[in-house]
Amino acid sequence: MKMKKVLSVVLAAAMVAGLAVGCGGSKKSAESDKGSVYYLNFKPEVAEVWENIAAKYTEETGVEVKVKTAASNQYEQTLKSEIAKSEAPTLFQINGPTGYNAWKDYCADLSDSEIYGMLLDQDLAIKDGDGVYGIPYLEEGYGIIYNQEIMDKYFALDGAKAASMDEINSFDKLKEVSEDMTAKKDQLGIEGVFASTSFAPGEDWRWQTHLMNLPIHYEYEDADVTDEDEISFKYSDNFKNIFDLYLNNSCTEPSMVGSKSVDDSMSEFALGKVAMVQNGNWAWGQISQVDGNVVTEDHIKFLPIYTGMDDEESQGICIGTENYFSVNSEASEADQKASLDFVKWVFSSEEGKKMVTNDLGFITPFNTFSEEESPADPLAKEVIRYMSDKDLSSVSWDFQTFPSQTFKDNYGAALLQYATGSEKWDQVVEDTVADWKAEKEMAAE
Amino acid sequence: MEKAYKKYFWLFVLPTLIAFTLFFVIPFLMGIVLSFCKFTTVTNAHFVGLSNYIKAFSNKDFLNALWFTTKFTVVAVLTVNVFAFILAYALTRGIKGTNLFRTTFFMPNLIGGIVLGYIWQLIINGVLAKFGVTITADPKYGFWGMVILMNWQLIGYMMIIYIAGIQNIPTELVEAAKIDGASKLQALFKVTIPMVMSSITICLFLTLTNSFKLFDQNYALTAGGPAKKTSMLALDIYSTFYGRNGWEGVGQAKAVIFFVLVGILALTQLYFTRRKEVES
Repeated sequence: MKMKKVLSVVLAAAMVAGLAVGCGGSKKSAESDKGSVYYLNFKPEVAEVWENIAAKYTEETGVEVKVKTAASNQYEQTLKSEIAKSEAPTLFQINGPTGYNAWKDYCADLSDSEIYGMLLDQDLAIKDGDGVYGIPYLEEGYGIIYNQEIMDKYFALDGAKAASMDEINSFDKLKEVSEDMTAKKDQLGIEGVFASTSFAPGEDWRWQTHLMNLPIHYEYEDADVTDEDEISFKYSDNFKNIFDLYLNNSCTEPSMVGSKSVDDSMSEFALGKVAMVQNGNWAWGQISQVDGNVVTEDHIKFLPIYTGMDDEESQGICIGTENYFSVNSEASEADQKASLDFVKWVFSSEEGKKMVTNDLGFITPFNTFSEEESPADPLAKEVIRYMSDKDLSSVSWDFQTFPSQTFKDNYGAALLQYATGSEKWDQVVEDTVADWKAEKEMAAE
Repeated sequence: MEKAYKKYFWLFVLPTLIAFTLFFVIPFLMGIVLSFCKFTTVTNAHFVGLSNYIKAFSNKDFLNALWFTTKFTVVAVLTVNVFAFILAYALTRGIKGTNLFRTTFFMPNLIGGIVLGYIWQLIINGVLAKFGVTITADPKYGFWGMVILMNWQLIGYMMIIYIAGIQNIPTELVEAAKIDGASKLQALFKVTIPMVMSSITICLFLTLTNSFKLFDQNYALTAGGPAKKTSMLALDIYSTFYGRNGWEGVGQAKAVIFFVLVGILALTQLYFTRRKEVES
């Protein structure tokens, strides 16, 4: 009896102790006046690189840098829970003006920071009044990626509608060529001109965000504004032009696009089943890692997304960023300073710059990088080529001002309905205009 | 002995109590408070009164999701329980290989909802491809897809509970019925079913709450597509919370309404089926 009593007490005590250990144990090492950095990284594909950079920095300066990476598409969710903790990220990123709106309570003013001074074009930063709250740290571009090998094969055919890529500089020409290629797809050994218009759940961002950017960009340009509470979607026909072209000249029937993911599209392209796919320079990593990839580094190029606008011969690819560094204003002074020093080191020291260009493969918007210090990846080179071409004007990433994720999701859903033939285009346009207004109002509340 | 248990009662309860308080009671109370606030993270909330609830009720997505969830729950509860009972009945007749069948039917229950959702998405899309459509082409595909998935996952589990119930029926009751000249059907409806009423209570409760709260399977199978028409309540709460800046509070308000609904539903069901239970 006595024995049992003792045993039960011991057992219970062990359980309680176990619980206590489980909850504690994360005591922070003594706060040093150097501060420490906690960076919440957005890009899972370079998670390891950021960890190496952090380790290197700690080795050199003794300042502790912790890097945590959010899973793909989970950044906002992760940030929401991380930032509420007592050891919150000191350095995080926002995705543009809409992101700033959500996080403004946490964004410190960076107008006096050295990293802001390093920007080539300070207008790119996220500003609010006199303050600067987000610093862009890389530039990316997207357009229609094409496989030069297949195109050359086409140009060599009798009766080809064009002799080289240079001739394709408008929507009409692109349409003529793609339709002819579709007709001759057996001769070319392809299944379609364009890769699948992916519409599996969560896989529609190339259309509802990236492609939608073009008509909205031109609408803003006409009105000479950078954001609007209401749109007329006056270039909806231009969107329909290119969207129809993608659907009708694809390797996948329009009725089946609901089951395709971005990965599917990229592997169709990598395996040489299709000649073109709309995506950005980040896609090279994905393409080159597909088993049986036949697209070589010197045969992968960008074509601007033509939609049938006037004078589109001078239109370039879409270049911009949705990656802005912000420093957590709730963090201690020392941590905030440490974060800024870390960022400055990454983008201006020899060591840091080397890792940025070679390992991260970023095209940076900072004046500390010389022309030679640019990434070797073929699509990044293409982006640089388009950026430096003075005859072309790039399309900026105006999708940053889209009202909300819900707006994009609704629009994507409507596009899928249109693609499968269960909704008329006029209905899509009407709903989208109404939804934009409604979502802008809700976000403003 | 009895005394010893009483004396150390608090010690035994403590670990679970601490865990329950930390990970359930406190977040739950915070959740209720937050449903009256506008917030980005749980630490910078400010009070806005009832406006979140007003928005939640005037949100047509929420009402659509509620209607869709109700339809789904009715169909899923009926089908799962009917099939589970039939299987249990068949597998207590002493057919050869009973144990193998029981194990096999139970197995789907061991796989997580997200995985099941993706697997069934592939299967259903594969079948629908023959007809040139996909699961997100029409909400009815998503609806029946989820019903099939739910059946596949839950039947085994419910079957085990029914088997236990059927095996617990005293054999003399069944024999007496047989001697009195009851047909097989009569024995089933007059003896077996009334005797497993307590299993039915549990199974109805489990299927009802599981169907009503369904999230993973819904998220993985259709993600609400097409155009949110197959979005159930839990998924709607999730997309409200993350879909729009400043709408976190509305998502939270929806979650509280959701809790009340599930509570009312489950308690009513328990009350009515309990009354039908008989003592053997």
